Amino acid sequence: MKKVLMSVAVGAAFVMAAGSASAQTLNQVKSRGVLQCGSNTGLAGFGQPDAQGNWTGLDVDYCRAVAAAIFNDATKVKFVPLSAKDRFTALQSGEVDVLVRNTTWTMSRDTQLGLEFGPVNYYDGQGFMVRKKLKIASAMELSGASVCTQQGTTTELNLADFFRANKLKYEVVAFASSDETIKAYDAGRCDVFTTDASGLYAERLKLTAPDDHIVLPEIISKEPLGAAWRHGDNQWGDIVKWTHYAMVTAEELGVTKANVDEMLKSTNPDVKRLLGTEGKFGEAIGLTNDWAYRIIKHVGNYGESFDKNVGAGSRLKIARGVNALWSKGGLQYAPPIR
Amino acid sequence: MSSVDAPKAGGTGGDDKPHVAFWNDPEKRGYLFQALLFVVVMFLFYTAADNAISNLTKQKIATGFGFWNNTAGFDIGQRLIPYETTSSYGRAFWVGLFNTLLVAGVGIVLATILGFIIGVARLSKNFLVNKLAAIYVEVIRNTPLLLQLLFWYNAVLKALPEVRDSVNMPGGFFLNNRGLFMPEPVFGANFSWVTWTLAAGLMGYFAYGRWARLRQERSGQQSPVLLVGIGLILLLPLLVYFVAGQPLSFNIPDLGRFNIRGGVQIFPEFVALLLGLVIYTAAFIAEVVRAGIQAVSKGQTEAAYALGLRPGPTLDLVVIPQAMRVIIPPLTSQYLNLTKNSSLAVAIGYPDLVQVFAGTVLNQTGQAVEVIAITMAVYLTISLVTSLVMNWYNSRKALVER
Repeated sequence: MKKVLMSVAVGAAFVMAAGSASAQTLNQVKSRGVLQCGSNTGLAGFGQPDAQGNWTGLDVDYCRAVAAAIFNDATKVKFVPLSAKDRFTALQSGEVDVLVRNTTWTMSRDTQLGLEFGPVNYYDGQGFMVRKKLKIASAMELSGASVCTQQGTTTELNLADFFRANKLKYEVVAFASSDETIKAYDAGRCDVFTTDASGLYAERLKLTAPDDHIVLPEIISKEPLGAAWRHGDNQWGDIVKWTHYAMVTAEELGVTKANVDEMLKSTNPDVKRLLGTEGKFGEAIGLTNDWAYRIIKHVGNYGESFDKNVGAGSRLKIARGVNALWSKGGLQYAPPIR
Repeated sequence: MSSVDAPKAGGTGGDDKPHVAFWNDPEKRGYLFQALLFVVVMFLFYTAADNAISNLTKQKIATGFGFWNNTAGFDIGQRLIPYETTSSYGRAFWVGLFNTLLVAGVGIVLATILGFIIGVARLSKNFLVNKLAAIYVEVIRNTPLLLQLLFWYNAVLKALPEVRDSVNMPGGFFLNNRGLFMPEPVFGANFSWVTWTLAAGLMGYFAYGRWARLRQERSGQQSPVLLVGIGLILLLPLLVYFVAGQPLSFNIPDLGRFNIRGGVQIFPEFVALLLGLVIYTAAFIAEVVRAGIQAVSKGQTEAAYALGLRPGPTLDLVVIPQAMRVIIPPLTSQYLNLTKNSSLAVAIGYPDLVQVFAGTVLNQTGQAVEVIAITMAVYLTISLVTSLVMNWYNSRKALVER
């Protein structure tokens, strides 16, 4: 009998693990009462819990915005810290509803993992960090270097491509988590630490002497970082996509956390459509018509979130650069809400 | 046999057993239930697999083993076989597997040696030796292996100098936080002569050892096995080496701009993992050895002394052979534990099977079910082969009842 029970358990485990893709994520989230968001285990500016356990960061704000749109409460998010290596499995198996974890959107990930990738909330590229005392000015001087990187990332692949294309020799040491990677670099195991440029600035803060290290000028790849969700649930995809677009549109229209209540009285048709005083755009994605109002009220617009977490108002002080609005020479562009 | 019970339909008339319906026959009923259970289990596995496949297809997650020959695109630091960025995922699998086998193989040998020493030390009459061994066992056995690995990795790294301040040892050895660099042997054309001599010497040594043992069992006379062994295994190949004109040179490592070029490199990740596994497993082996020796009755030692054997030969000829019978089965489990624990390599960046295959390859291909299944099958195979070898060894050492 024990054997039978065992086999039933094993069988059930298989069946459960496979999950079901077509299940309505929105309904699950609503009935659970909380959004489960896959986030970084700790990357300053993008997703990191503070001393009190409150999560902050650009990616964290994205998740909070989705929760705000659904529940009118930005705190109804459970952040699930995931390593780079485990993140897709966690999303595929339904452990998290959405993955906003500085994840690069690539064709193979989009087409072979059973995932959908959405709007890019941070346009990034891979860079290198070295010790100042090596007196290196360019990545082309790195032949023979040993490089610390995190496994299961596009970084690992770009690194191999870069050194192969430039016929440079190197030795790679790959770690499962970002913390171990930066610690090994700090301990002198490697000459070079590589990850997305934004990550370099964020991780540099963790080093014992951050000022002894410099980021090399070369950016060796395109890293569009964005949100991902399970393939096949288009309604859920619409919610995740338009949450970001609403934040970008709000910045474009000058709607901020502070003035959103006044803006409800605005006569600008674009603002009216965004805040739900005109049209039924919220209902079309399965939410209420004030969905975008909720997002801006609780989280703010894209520009506010950027400044607070990674931009001028943060320790990272990253310039807007390509992440500025399209109207200001950047790449952040939202389709019109109409 | 009464006519009432006799079967009507003839043929089995000679049978003593009364004819009963099969559901009343415990033996046949047993078969029936076993068959039913088998069908149910198979059905469950089939449904599970079928469900998994159909769900994966529905979610548009790639399935199957087609990824095996695709280009891997990532690099691996330590490799025993040639591997490049352009190699396939399958090649990466082998690189990882060989790294696992390397650390497990070297680990098993070293853990056995250290374990036996500590185990014997725990039984020492010397207070200090005895207590030191006891403290070693208790401290190591009662802290998690993962923490020990992290400790060794950080201890090893922090203790070593940077590349530019490498410890330069005589004979072309360099030690720094990138590892230990050794001269790489370059074998000349005639070196195969030395190899063959060595092989012949080893065979000769084993044949001589067997002959010496049989002679001792027959006549009680001992032979100088150790001296003959040194002559055959060490001196003879050395002689051939010089006769053949010293066909061996070394590729000496040399300090480059960042790193050391040339030579053989032993990575700190490997050293840390090996240290962690050996020290941890040796604590368990020590206890197994102690238990084995204590299981041999004291009367055996006393009897050996009464026959005039000195303490060395007593341990060698009387105690250890009997203790081995108790030691081998639990020793096998420790070997299996060591092999499986080597998968903790992932925490300190040693590219073993789990790190390379179940880590990077899984993530790059996204085919968790296939990759994990292969990885589990590999560990299962390694463990079964280890058990098989140890069981064979055990059956040779087991008490032969006459």
